[in-house]
Amino acid sequence: MTLTRHLRVDGPNHDDRLDLMAQGVLGQPLNRLEGPLKVTGRATYAAEARPRNMAYGVLVQATVPAGKVLEIGDAPGALAVIQDKRMVRYAAQGMDEKGPTSGPDRIEYMGQSIALVVAESFEAARHAAQNIAVRYKSEDVPVLPDAVAPELPPKKQSAVGDVDKAMRDAAVTLDQVWHTPSQMSAAMEPHAAIAEWDGDQVTIRAALQMLSSNRKQMADALGIKEKNLRLLAPYVGGGFGSKLGINAEAVAAAIAAKQLGRPVMVAMTRQQVFDLAHRRSETRQRIRLALDGDGRLTGIGHDVLVSNLPSSEFTEPVAQATPFTYQAAQRQVVHAVARIHRGCAGSVRAPGEAVGVTVFECAMDELAEAAGIDPVELRLRNIPDVEPTTERPFSSHMLAEALQEGARLFGWSGRKSVGQRVEGEWMIGMGMAAAVRVNMLIESRARVTLLQDGHAIVETDMTDIGTGTYTILGQLAAEMLGLPAERVEVRLGDTDFPPASGSGGSFGAASSGNSVYLACEEIRSQIATVMGCNEADLTLQDGVARAGNVSRPLSELITGQVTADGHLQPGKTEKSHRQATWGSHWAEVAVNRWTGEVRVRRMMGVFACGRVLNEKTARSQCLGGMSFGIGIALTEAMEHDPRDGHAVSRDLAEYHVPTHADVPALEVHFLPERDAYVGPLQAKGLGELGICGAGAAVLNAIHNACGVRVRDLPATPDKIIAGLGG
Amino acid sequence: MREFTYLRANSVADVPAGATIIAGGTNLLDLMKLEVMAPDALVDITRLDLNRIEPHEGGLRIGALVRNSDLAADPVVRRDYPVLSRALLAGASGQLRNMATTGGNLMQRTRCPYFYDRRMACNKRDPGTGCAAQGGVTRHHAILGASDRCIATYPGDMAVALLALDAVVQIDGPAPREVPLADFHLLPGETPHVETVLKPGEVITGVTLPAPVGGEQRYRKVRDRASYAFALVSIAAVIRMEQGQISHAALAFGGVAAKPWRDGDAEAVLLGREPSDALFAQAADILLKPARAFGDHAFKIPLLRRTLMATLRDATGLEATA
Ligand SMILES: Cc1cc2nc3c(=O)[nH]c(=O)nc-3n(C[C@H](O)[C@H](O)[C@H](O)COP(=O)(O)OP(=O)(O)OC[C@H]3O[C@@H](n4cnc5c(N)ncnc54)[C@H](O)[C@@H]3O)c2cc1C
Ligand code: SF4
Repeated sequence: MTLTRHLRVDGPNHDDRLDLMAQGVLGQPLNRLEGPLKVTGRATYAAEARPRNMAYGVLVQATVPAGKVLEIGDAPGALAVIQDKRMVRYAAQGMDEKGPTSGPDRIEYMGQSIALVVAESFEAARHAAQNIAVRYKSEDVPVLPDAVAPELPPKKQSAVGDVDKAMRDAAVTLDQVWHTPSQMSAAMEPHAAIAEWDGDQVTIRAALQMLSSNRKQMADALGIKEKNLRLLAPYVGGGFGSKLGINAEAVAAAIAAKQLGRPVMVAMTRQQVFDLAHRRSETRQRIRLALDGDGRLTGIGHDVLVSNLPSSEFTEPVAQATPFTYQAAQRQVVHAVARIHRGCAGSVRAPGEAVGVTVFECAMDELAEAAGIDPVELRLRNIPDVEPTTERPFSSHMLAEALQEGARLFGWSGRKSVGQRVEGEWMIGMGMAAAVRVNMLIESRARVTLLQDGHAIVETDMTDIGTGTYTILGQLAAEMLGLPAERVEVRLGDTDFPPASGSGGSFGAASSGNSVYLACEEIRSQIATVMGCNEADLTLQDGVARAGNVSRPLSELITGQVTADGHLQPGKTEKSHRQATWGSHWAEVAVNRWTGEVRVRRMMGVFACGRVLNEKTARSQCLGGMSFGIGIALTEAMEHDPRDGHAVSRDLAEYHVPTHADVPALEVHFLPERDAYVGPLQAKGLGELGICGAGAAVLNAIHNACGVRVRDLPATPDKIIAGLGG
Repeated sequence: MREFTYLRANSVADVPAGATIIAGGTNLLDLMKLEVMAPDALVDITRLDLNRIEPHEGGLRIGALVRNSDLAADPVVRRDYPVLSRALLAGASGQLRNMATTGGNLMQRTRCPYFYDRRMACNKRDPGTGCAAQGGVTRHHAILGASDRCIATYPGDMAVALLALDAVVQIDGPAPREVPLADFHLLPGETPHVETVLKPGEVITGVTLPAPVGGEQRYRKVRDRASYAFALVSIAAVIRMEQGQISHAALAFGGVAAKPWRDGDAEAVLLGREPSDALFAQAADILLKPARAFGDHAFKIPLLRRTLMATLRDATGLEATA
């Protein structure tokens, strides 16, 4: 029988257990374990398996923005044209327990999947899907956020006091409106699935981030039992939120494979990803700030408009961090949703803060300028002691340190006033912003087996979407069990393993990591029992157990193997404390005075995220996040056609993620921190913090360089020259 | 992608009139996957002996199959025609330039997103169906020489530099001929689907450049990200000064029309004059007099003006007075 060590995080954990371990491998900047497999093409992504006799499916897409499918014609040369009520209109949201909205004969947006064509080759299937005749009854629907009266979901509004009054009474005020466009996650690997049935058992290889909830969604969507469904996603080529919930390709593959009695692959083309994956909603954000004569905020208003399909529940939580980042007695969040027929909106890396903190931090910069206060100082003056409104304590609060340390490291004191630094055609400026992102733990399980030969195996259905999960879970087990890192094998991405949090919301590393920690703790107890000591007195290092002056190799202590499960659940600290990660962003940009081109010259982030599990993979997360920030500030915009709402830029030549030339050598610093309220690992999320506010540092630097405030993102050359004059 | 037959040509005479030429395939294959182009037959010309860069009447002859990366790195090109090298390196990505050929680059098709999207009406793709771009998203569209049938731009960089260098396109086929690059691409008028003077069965075999003119050469490309993006506007400039006066001015513009654009009057006004902001503004006025924009791309008019002023200041060494 496998013992389970269970923990609900109901209180603080101050023992710093991991700091007392002897192996010394946790935190080390180890290379990613699966790296060599990936760069040599041996890591099989979802669409790369080749089961025998596989057929290829391609989704047929609606060419009208709304209406009904009346009839779908034949596809000469195809094996089948499949329309099935269970097929998906738009993807499930992350952690949904139910399948996504189905019924593809009803069209809610241009490009929606309405059927599947299956053929002997991908090319033949695509040709048939692209040319199949479809008769529609089409409807006129709104596609512009301003064209409809928005909904105001009651739960999403909040107000304390009277912001209008604060604005009237303030010494200095700021009241401006920003726009951010729809954005696409644009993960390198397009969505794909291969389904294969064996009797009533189906195995689906898929590109997914959260297997345990994906399995629930898939079973519900297909109308089968969970136990008859196995999902495999050992390697995922990035997700950034777009693979949190199951989507049309995976459901269609399973339906087709059943119908044809052979394995079926359905892979999206890049253009289909732009049509069918969740977009980050465009936002309109009005920010009002009231400041008193001492530079303290008295009022904060954040008034947000986002959009989504009429039937989708998700709304981008733009103002998520607004209630607790800065203090002010009068505060109001208005959250409005325009129900329009663009592709479904959902979570894209750092939903909420990515655009919410970015805009808010631009507003803070404008306010600092209006008040004549240094932007760093303005923020320092307004850090709350407890979470405003709820009066909850913070689990940890590192914003002040991140600001002060960042200012020192970046050379903030050398910043000149607006437009004062010119080098030839280029105007140079510096900007900064605070970084903040809510922190979460999600229930997670893992199994760890220690073998007599001194190897260990970690198994969980956790995914590694390119972030380094394989590596950090291996390091954790190695540290706890006293083994060199290469002695630990990590098996992920298979629903046959214990269910984990999955990768999303920055909670993956800490949630799954804590479950591995717990399993290892159980194994340590069992070893301690054999050694006749307390677990706390046990030292494990390089395959040897020590207690007092007794020292024995693990091989003598174990017969066969020891297996234990770890089970982590979030508990009371979720409510008792406001948990968040903190940081600061710093940028130096050059703006071309004639063409309005912007080049980021230098960028730095300082982050506090609790314990750092692997210095290298942690840093990589921040580099990626900051690059996302550059994209939000300067380049990324998913344009929608104003008439039918369709995504106009549908490939990576036209949807501009930052290239190497857009991203300078980025500098990342971590502040040492142990957060006691987030489980024994004392580690928090990091996958998203690097984005939150990064774009604001760039936009604020543009203003410092040339005096232009771009409030309609991204800051492309046309918008800069419109402000430059001359 | 529709099924097609594939032939390999061993000589220009092998190229059948009905077949579509494939060279590097970097543009054609993308369009075939989307079935924006759906040829019945492809003829692969990459075995033809067209990949040399050689002296030609005091200038240079560039074979149609010379890869963009090789052309950009050629020492003679870098020394005598640096604007060409810079234009090439401003285009696409390293991987694409390794595949892309001189002939294919000249023939690359517009990046109008509505042309790429078969759900949308497009006179260029399907003559007579209309132009969905108008009234849609037109950030990349033309401010010069457009018609109400089509407002797409020619997206390339190399051809802009070639135009400023007075290049000539060599064409083989039933009746071999040479066409100045200035006359090679066509404005849309009533027939936006006819993009060049090339006729079925004709093959571009090379491009010739006249003897080098020296001078200051600039290629300036303004785009929505620092690399790997098509031009919002681009300028190829070849400027020579004698005794403080401009003695040679060749200016070609990309991203603004269905062909690389050149305006003899805007160049003529510069000749024999001393550089000044006022003079450059005059040239910009002439260039932009016929410019029209009716949507998202209106910014290209001030952007082209500013970029031209900056390029001329830079090429003539004029200190900014603004
Ligand atoms: C993502 C992306 C980004 C890009 N960015 C840029 C950019 O920034 N700047 C830029 O200038 N270009 C850019 N390009 C375009 C690139 O330069 C062209 O795709 C390339 O030059 C085409 O050359 P090729 O040899 O691959 O042509 P192919 O794709 O083989 O052919 C293109 C066309 O030319 C015809 N053709 C080819 N050779 C001949 C010949 N000898 N005679 C007659 N007809 C011929 C073909 O029939 C076809 O119609 C980009 C392309 C991509 C895919
Ligand atoms: S601008 Fe030209 S290429 Fe674009 S949709 Fe209109 S006709 Fe087609």
